Amino acid sequence: MGELKVIGAWASPFAIRPRIALTLKSIEYEYIEENLRAKSDLLLKSNPVHKKVPVLLHGDRPICESLVILQYIDEQWTTGPSILPSDPYDRAIARFWAAYVDDKFFPALAGILKAQNEEAKAEALGQVKAGLELLEKALKDCGKEGVFYGGEGIGYVDIAFGSYLGWVRAVESMGEVKLLDEDKTPGLVGWAERFCSHEAVKDVMPETEKLIEFAKKLFSKPT
Amino acid sequence: MAEESSPSSLTLLDFWPSPYGIRVRLALSLKDIPYTYKEEDLQNKSQLLLNSNPIHQQIPVLIHNNKPISESLIIIQYIDETWPDNPPKLMPDDPYERARARFWAVYVDKNVYELGRRVCLSHEGSHEERERARGELCECLKVLEGVLGEREYFGGVGLGLVDVCLVPFYAWFYAYERLGELEMEGVCPKLVAWGRRCVGEERVGRVVPGQDRVYELIVEMINKKLRFDQ
Repeated sequence: MGELKVIGAWASPFAIRPRIALTLKSIEYEYIEENLRAKSDLLLKSNPVHKKVPVLLHGDRPICESLVILQYIDEQWTTGPSILPSDPYDRAIARFWAAYVDDKFFPALAGILKAQNEEAKAEALGQVKAGLELLEKALKDCGKEGVFYGGEGIGYVDIAFGSYLGWVRAVESMGEVKLLDEDKTPGLVGWAERFCSHEAVKDVMPETEKLIEFAKKLFSKPT
Repeated sequence: MAEESSPSSLTLLDFWPSPYGIRVRLALSLKDIPYTYKEEDLQNKSQLLLNSNPIHQQIPVLIHNNKPISESLIIIQYIDETWPDNPPKLMPDDPYERARARFWAVYVDKNVYELGRRVCLSHEGSHEERERARGELCECLKVLEGVLGEREYFGGVGLGLVDVCLVPFYAWFYAYERLGELEMEGVCPKLVAWGRRCVGEERVGRVVPGQDRVYELIVEMINKKLRFDQ
């Protein structure tokens, strides 16, 4: 079939998703770190439509969009742990939550850092906290063992939501806010620790301190 | 064991002109799956809708054996996976082809509605806004034409996921022409031919509304400042 490459960027939550999935399935790949300020020809050729990371290159075939890549990995390599559940209804629920974190949760999270004034920050914070309560409830409903959204092992929603944890912690520090709370979201507190220390995650999750430094540079630019 | 359904076990909460709703009706129609259709008034949403999709409170929602599924792309894949013995298969078998289908379905989702909507609204805006809106929509449609290539359908010899996602927007082409002053045959002749080919099929034509009807409705919604995705 050809060799496997992942084109990514260390700070991108989207880019760590395929790496977690491949490691989970014990599949070897070459990682290529991309400089998003000076995009390589390989990236531009592989993802001409969006010019974004991550891209999975399987031989000479590019697969783009992190959630599409996760499903590809799950369907291409059927030995090893499954990422999506087998029941169609459970799959629909998993896809729903992954879409929710990408379309609603992450933009609100980024909104805390981008806020130009206290009012905007408070609004974004409110949205994030409301989202976390929904996700706390979903963990209770989804994860049959309450360990991960995927059950005993990490699955699609764990990877989709968990990939944002580096940034959640960075926002907590920079925004001087508490997002994952022992009182309001105890389930998520435990889940976050389990996820970040998981074999397939710990080496690719960016360090909070490095993200804070990166964010300071990113958000200090004049808009 | 083949999945069965009856109108009592399968209900679709929907709004007749919504492109997202039409997609789901199309998937069900193509596969000849019986269901109960329930029209929602988006200004006065039913308790059933609010209970079934509490987070987004949007149509379409498919309720199967009392379990709700939301988000049109998710619903279509659910239908394809739950009724695998009802042809056509909307998703290809090969994982790479499936990834390509999903990629382009997401592209349609993120671009066509919004860019088309801007074109429809731009006729009241400045010349620059009109030009930009038209340019962006044309570029998007040309990209999709490139993806279609020389094939009859995005799904190959028959309709697939991307066809189902895009064809409801074919019903908007007359609106783009009138409100955006675009000549669709000139902008994307292959997509126009593809659209005609799709709606010419009985199982598609019975679900996709006519372009005149859609145009009138769009004008009415613009006047009332309403959206399809709320």
